[in-house]
Amino acid sequence: MEPVTLSINDKALTVPGGITVASAVLVSGASFFRRSVSGSPRGPLCGIGICFECRLKINGLAHRRSCQVIVEDGMKIETDEQN
Amino acid sequence: MTSEIAVIGAGIIGAACAESLSSEGLQVVVIDAATAVGTGTTAAGMGHIVVMDDSNAQFALTEYSRRLWNRLAPELPRTGEYEFCGTIWVAAGDEEMDEVRRKQAFYDGRGVQCEILDERSLRKAEPNLRKGLAGGLLVSDDSVVYQPCATKFLIDRAVSNGAKLRLGKKVRVVSDDGVRLEDGEFIAVKKIINAAGIGSGFLDGGLNIIKRKGHLVITDRYPGFVSHQLVELGYLKSAHGNRQDSVAFNVQPRITGQILLGSSRQFGIDDDRIDHRILGRMVKRAFEYMPGLRDLSAVRAWTGFRPATPDNLPYIGLCPEFKNVYLAAGHEGLGITTSLGTAQILTDLILDRPPKIDCEPFSPFRKVEQAANG
Amino acid sequence: MNKISTDILVVGGGPAGMAAAVGAASKTTAKITIIDDNPTFGGQIWRAELGKIKSPEARELIRKLTSDRIELLNGSQIFGRADERTLLAETANGTKAIEFKKLIIATGARERFLPFPGWTLPNVFGAGGLQALVKGGLTVKNKRIVVAGTGALLLAVAEYLKAQGAKIVLIAEQSPALKVYKFVSNLARHPKKIVDAIRLRAKLLNVPYLTDCYINSAEGDKRLKAVNLRRKAKHWRIECDYLACGFHLVPNIQLASLLGCHIENKAVKVNEFQETSLKGVYCAGEPTGIGGVELSLIEGRIAGFAAVGEKQAALGLFPGRKKAQNFATALNQAFALRDELKYLADDATLICRCEDVELARLKPFDSWRSAKLQTRCGMGPCQGQICGPAVEFVLGWKTDGVRPPIFPVSLESLSDICET
Repeated sequence: MEPVTLSINDKALTVPGGITVASAVLVSGASFFRRSVSGSPRGPLCGIGICFECRLKINGLAHRRSCQVIVEDGMKIETDEQN
Repeated sequence: MTSEIAVIGAGIIGAACAESLSSEGLQVVVIDAATAVGTGTTAAGMGHIVVMDDSNAQFALTEYSRRLWNRLAPELPRTGEYEFCGTIWVAAGDEEMDEVRRKQAFYDGRGVQCEILDERSLRKAEPNLRKGLAGGLLVSDDSVVYQPCATKFLIDRAVSNGAKLRLGKKVRVVSDDGVRLEDGEFIAVKKIINAAGIGSGFLDGGLNIIKRKGHLVITDRYPGFVSHQLVELGYLKSAHGNRQDSVAFNVQPRITGQILLGSSRQFGIDDDRIDHRILGRMVKRAFEYMPGLRDLSAVRAWTGFRPATPDNLPYIGLCPEFKNVYLAAGHEGLGITTSLGTAQILTDLILDRPPKIDCEPFSPFRKVEQAANG
Repeated sequence: MNKISTDILVVGGGPAGMAAAVGAASKTTAKITIIDDNPTFGGQIWRAELGKIKSPEARELIRKLTSDRIELLNGSQIFGRADERTLLAETANGTKAIEFKKLIIATGARERFLPFPGWTLPNVFGAGGLQALVKGGLTVKNKRIVVAGTGALLLAVAEYLKAQGAKIVLIAEQSPALKVYKFVSNLARHPKKIVDAIRLRAKLLNVPYLTDCYINSAEGDKRLKAVNLRRKAKHWRIECDYLACGFHLVPNIQLASLLGCHIENKAVKVNEFQETSLKGVYCAGEPTGIGGVELSLIEGRIAGFAAVGEKQAALGLFPGRKKAQNFATALNQAFALRDELKYLADDATLICRCEDVELARLKPFDSWRSAKLQTRCGMGPCQGQICGPAVEFVLGWKTDGVRPPIFPVSLESLSDICET
């Protein structure tokens, strides 16, 4: 599949096409996906879309389970690491 | 130590009564068929503490009770999540704005802080409301509480005042001398308070308490999406409604950032399962005011049964046909709000003190009149 | 809202669901619909890798599935029911109401997670979880990985990760050596499995596999740095990049519970024709009890035949099912959870990850319902799927009560319901 260019926290990244957003974020070296309700760092756990730990803001829409979303060209991905 | 007063029901009403009576030094025993407190109708509600002007009596009770809540607020634990988010009664068009002005005059004359919002100031207060709504009334001292924890707080306080808690015990019969449980045990007391909500009618066949089923939905966390409890003016029509199923826009921000969405009313239904048709109607109604809700993730939905009386006012006071049995039931959708006021009124009545508000409108004797007028 | 109707509705597109649909289709011209929330069929065990399924057995079943006139509904999540014979699904094109005559529930299983200090650190994954993420495109080349927990899955995951270039530092199996060896020797009765096992062992030469061994805690600041292990009296620490830790599987019984099927020991009770306590509602595969892929395939086929009235054909599969069931029983016995795992979590360890509720806050309660209301444990978006099994094992509470939506859906989907 064609590689895809997207941004993670405003940093551009090119990744293989057909992979999940969760994998793309992990491949970029980040492991801090979201802050838990008491502020601790969290990343994916179950890999199959039932734990909700991998939630990220994708193209402005919050709480998307990144392990269930395939990367697309121009995608804007925001993790909680910057907050 | 034998108890003097039995409170039947460990929901918000029973809990408030137990706390109030025990803090006056009375020996209280609280009895509930459930194995935990506040798990019935209490758990299902929104926890909205709101002044209502549906009638003078309702206003008096809600305003009095809201004052008691605001006084209690600093003592509640963090888990009670008490928030002064205020209510905005939303007017969709000019006719409803007339109603807003009427409400404002009513409240203003009675010392309730409120402010009329026009279309622009409404959108400034709540940017996610759709354009084109005529305005609203902001009642800033209304609040929101996480009522399961508040109920437990009140029970815990009652217990630390010496009250006893008998959970998992169903009451079978009530008499002037005490209560008999289903397992045969008889608890002798001097006075009894029936605060059993939707179960109260079983203990005194004459009570006309009907169940009004409601649905609620809660979303994932979207902090800042909404800041006040938003209620459409049509809510009152729904709450008063005759026998028809109805929905009304009613949205609440929780401290967690989750959004709680209501409300629906259905009659004559015993089935507590989710009805997707009315739930769908309720959610659609909400979109008419806040279109941005569409994309939010709904995490849980549930139902609850409001205990309602024929005139929508609770029964608070001595029960007809009894000398020592009092009623504190039938609060419909205002149980959380009016719990503290109800408890204080009953405490005053039991201790032979004049209650702080006129409680004739809540007299259980009035039901006899209603039956006569039938 | 979109209303469709079908004769046989199969919920779940894993081995059991596919076998049920294909089995039914081979015996009838009635309309068959299969629905799955993933973009491709295969379920968890045959999860597609970058869109492609690897297993030849799976590919064959998918070929049959797609060549028949079976209606395929991918990317559709069942969330509730409109009435006794109509389910509601969230799809990309609005809510679908699916009316059925017969229903086959094949909703599979999920990993069981048990809490221990540090289990919420980023880079602590499930065992199947890490495998799923790698299949989704995560690279693990040269990553130091500890695989831990319990079950045959650990070996499969370790082999898979090793083939992707990872350095598997250790496989830590909590079950005692005797139990595992008993299971392995039992495999002699299942020749196919012996071959699999030998092949697996060969691939995993040079990877330490310790029984009686479990994770005591995970360490790290903003991400995993090291794990602390225990084996009998020995404690030691291993630095690693990833931890893949899972404790066998739990049945997905949410849909069956919602419909009112009789549940026993957290599994759906079925008769010999895979029929539940509700007439016309069948259940096959892991929701009836964890048993592995062979059993799921047979049960699916039996349910498919039974649902279309082909009892004779179903009867023919009973001996094969019995054999597969024996294997499943041996599997579950070999990898039963040891008591020590109940005490790994300390007071500060989070049990509910969605709402950050630590064990200390749960201890004062004696039931799931009151703990939920007072602490919000289980009220988050995972709807108790992660913390529920943990709470059952660690605190012994019964986690009952299922309400729709049985999976979070958008408010839009909830609103898209016809009034009639």
